[in-house]
Amino acid sequence: MIPVYRKAVTGILAATFALAVTGSAVAPALAADPGVTDTEIVLGGTHPYSGPASAYGNIGKGIGAYFSYVNDRGGVNGRKIKYIDKDDGYSPPQAVQIVHQLVEQDKVFAIFDTLGTAVNTAIRPYLNQNGVPHMFVATGASTWGKDYQKFPWTIGWQPDYQAEAALYAQDILQNHPKAKIGVLYQNDDYGEDYNAGLKRGLGKHQEMIVKMASYETTDPNVSSQVSTLKAAGCDTFMIFATPKFAIQSMVAAAQQSWHPTTYLNNVSAAVPFMNAASKAGGPAAVAGVISTIYLKDPANHARYAGDAGMKFYNEIMAKYLPTADKDDGNYLYGVSIGYTMVDVLKRAGKDLTRKKVMDIATNLVEKDNPLAYPGVVIRTSPTFRYPITQMITARWLATDWSPTGLLVDTRSMTMAENK
Amino acid sequence: MHDLAQQIVSGLATGSIFASMALALVLIYRSMGVINFAQGELAMFSTYVAWQLVQMGVPMWGAFFITIVVAFAGGVLLERLVIRPVERAPQLTLVIVTLGLFTAINGLAGWFWGYVVKPFPTPFPTTPLQIGGVAFSAQDVGVIVVSLVTLGLISLFFQKTKLGLAMRAAALYPDQSRVLGIRVGWMLALGWGLASVVGAISGIMIAPVVFLDPNMMQSVIVYAFAAAVLGGIESPIGAVVGGLILGVVLNLLGTYVEAIGNELRLAAALAIIVAVLVIKPSGLFGRATVQRV
Amino acid sequence: MARAIRVGIAVVVIAILPAIVPSFVVFDFIYVAAYAIAILGLIILTGMNGQISLGHGAFMALGGYVVAVLAHNLGWPYWVGVPLAALASGAFGLVIGAIALRLAGVYLALATFSLAVATPSFLKHYKSITGGFGGLSLDAVKAPAGLPTSGQQWLYYVAWAIAGAAFLASALIVRGKFGRALRALRDNPIAAISFGVNPYSYKTLAFGWSAVLSGIAGAFLAMTTAYVSPDTFTFALSITLLIGAVLGGMMTFWGALVGAIVIEFLPLVAQQVNAGAPSVVYGVTLILMMLFVPDGIVGGLQRLTRRLVRRVPSPTAFEPSVPAAASMAVDQPTRE
Repeated sequence: MIPVYRKAVTGILAATFALAVTGSAVAPALAADPGVTDTEIVLGGTHPYSGPASAYGNIGKGIGAYFSYVNDRGGVNGRKIKYIDKDDGYSPPQAVQIVHQLVEQDKVFAIFDTLGTAVNTAIRPYLNQNGVPHMFVATGASTWGKDYQKFPWTIGWQPDYQAEAALYAQDILQNHPKAKIGVLYQNDDYGEDYNAGLKRGLGKHQEMIVKMASYETTDPNVSSQVSTLKAAGCDTFMIFATPKFAIQSMVAAAQQSWHPTTYLNNVSAAVPFMNAASKAGGPAAVAGVISTIYLKDPANHARYAGDAGMKFYNEIMAKYLPTADKDDGNYLYGVSIGYTMVDVLKRAGKDLTRKKVMDIATNLVEKDNPLAYPGVVIRTSPTFRYPITQMITARWLATDWSPTGLLVDTRSMTMAENK
Repeated sequence: MHDLAQQIVSGLATGSIFASMALALVLIYRSMGVINFAQGELAMFSTYVAWQLVQMGVPMWGAFFITIVVAFAGGVLLERLVIRPVERAPQLTLVIVTLGLFTAINGLAGWFWGYVVKPFPTPFPTTPLQIGGVAFSAQDVGVIVVSLVTLGLISLFFQKTKLGLAMRAAALYPDQSRVLGIRVGWMLALGWGLASVVGAISGIMIAPVVFLDPNMMQSVIVYAFAAAVLGGIESPIGAVVGGLILGVVLNLLGTYVEAIGNELRLAAALAIIVAVLVIKPSGLFGRATVQRV
Repeated sequence: MARAIRVGIAVVVIAILPAIVPSFVVFDFIYVAAYAIAILGLIILTGMNGQISLGHGAFMALGGYVVAVLAHNLGWPYWVGVPLAALASGAFGLVIGAIALRLAGVYLALATFSLAVATPSFLKHYKSITGGFGGLSLDAVKAPAGLPTSGQQWLYYVAWAIAGAAFLASALIVRGKFGRALRALRDNPIAAISFGVNPYSYKTLAFGWSAVLSGIAGAFLAMTTAYVSPDTFTFALSITLLIGAVLGGMMTFWGALVGAIVIEFLPLVAQQVNAGAPSVVYGVTLILMMLFVPDGIVGGLQRLTRRLVRRVPSPTAFEPSVPAAASMAVDQPTRE
């Protein structure tokens, strides 16, 4: 009751105040966009700090840490960033309500890094109607890049799942042309995007897919699905799963003495997850698994020991999130995406408008993101809004991911698809 | 054929997970007629305690026994603090209190330990075993054996020890028991402690398979409900058998029945709950009770 | 008379709210209207008839998807969709209500809990109709041409008008023979039956009516969010509704209004109290409420005012003191 009451009271006060201001008709001369003052830029975001997807809440904390770091060094063009980050519980209605509040009460300049496909689909129409930048959403669904004409204020960031899966398909066609493919996928848009990308990449060789098995996030484990794929005679195992189920499926395969060529999606390929699978299923469970990389892995201490970007990350974590487990790649994701956001705001200069920021975000060439995999360039154009398209395939060798080739750019593939 | 055998074996392994959790639910139900929606979260929390101990350098089995003691104390404490004041309140109040516990404990675990999936050391060897081409792991066998041993110990406790008999008496005939000098309130607290111990054991057995995170029990608990109802919600043996049957049936439905597939497995489990409740509420092993209007 | 005054105040506050609070608060209060309608159904079912449901989110899902599918796939207007949502949900409620007859107390809680948990997988399964996991996006509600209100304000007034109608209809139903039969079945089923109350039809009808209300609520949830997805209707929604009913108070319809406000704003407040773990605040609040104010906020306030009134010597002071547990809505034995 009390908070509602307080809200109502502040609401009445605010309304009275607004009336007084407009009544006196001394409106400020500059028609500046909301959320920007001489000293401050207000950004809003939502993350799941409760509910089923809470693990990703650490992305928001990583962003917060990076913004504090930037603010302590004078902010962006003299303005400090105020990031209002709230818990949406991974629920679309709750996210919609919070976003209304962020836009209408907190007067944010832009919404930055809301997480999850359903949440972002729900808030996208409102933000686009109101011309609020809806920037760098934390999901790899292809719709953020594809539907830009309908939703010009929205843009993604991470590689889209379809492109990633198409890359695996290419690798299979090149190195295992006789593969019998078995697919384990999460039964939602996330898994389906991967399936679509795999089929697209295989092109006319789709019959190589022998069996597909889905799991639900409510399944206790996936051993039944793994034995189905094994029984179907598959020798190539595609894992399109979230970390917990990916670990389970590698362990289950090892325990059933099934040793296929395994492809593992990037989301689940962080070093701690590989170590977990290795511990539970023995080193054979993870040996030779193939995946892709586009960000550095904070848990890969050996590889990035002398890396300047990783040093920068470790400094930020030590100062602003000293008790957090910095090996968790979600924090690194947060710092890295925060870097891109700050980069865009910097380039937009002292005169910040929403339109200008969107223009820069869609004409971006960022070569120096310190946490992107070496060589990965974040690049967009007004008609091609997939910021990260470069990835490198890597193979798990005992304790570490070892790159197997050169950086691959999936840009042309995605362009061809969108034609 | 070989595939069928494999599905049955992996179904038994998964079923033993449901079974051990269902056992904990049944213990609470027997002692006070409550379905504890927070049972899974209590088990999850105990498992984190064990994990923390292992991280601190305590050997696996040492951590196991310390956790059991902690879980028992925690269960008794919760009953005294939170359940006792509403013990005589309507069902709805108890349901809400256990839902509150569910929410609070889940949030607490996330707050302390974060939401990132953690590996949990298995007390069993990891080398795969094979009999006649059917693969299974020592872990699977271990979970089944531990569930059966727990069941055996519990049956012995209730049938052969004075304390166990007193607990049953307190649950079934509270007023008469009081006359006989049994401290009914404390018996209920012991029941919570015991259920919490069974939950902790099941959590520690499950965690190496499903991996440790604050939400690890949320789907398991639903299947455990189904297992408990299927076996008869007052019967410990029913809980274990119900769990094993459920594990196998769901695997077979998921693999061989197109219309259900893996997608509607959960729905199938829930259909089983409703069907059993409607057709034979006492389950496979429960005694038939007089239907009240 | 006092009641008429209270109702009058509530109506006036609701009517002028959009003029005095910022637009996002108006937006929040559309959700409050939807939740109030759904919780009202639970109060009738659980509070007045003693049937515990942990599954009313499923009826909201049905209502929401009926509106969404008709609008999205067939382009039907909302004013056709909402009544159809109510009908579909009510019909489904009658079916579940008939099954529920065979389940007593905690068993019904379990069965309805199952229904709530299974709902998202059904929604995902029938992809071609429901849009699968990605859900369906809807057009924002627009005000009829010629009205000087924004679409949001229009939706606000429509939602509250329907909520008002739902409260009125429910009050009429509950006050009459139907309500007496329901309460009799809750308090003393054997006596009620021997006086000729048919428990089957009344209990089923109570379930059906509560489902109608939940269906309408779901329709408004869908229209307000302008989006439906399986993630919108998880079992957490069902639990939230029940929590709202219990926190608001199951004894009177005011509980629905208060409960709806609480569940709308408590999650936002909880994260201000403890940003690290909002659900700890949520859970602890629930338990503390149950321990100290088991008859909900409205019940607690009533007791408080009664106590205050009693201190002042006046004719109304003579009222029996009602212990908390005795005034609780559902009186069932704790143990079977």
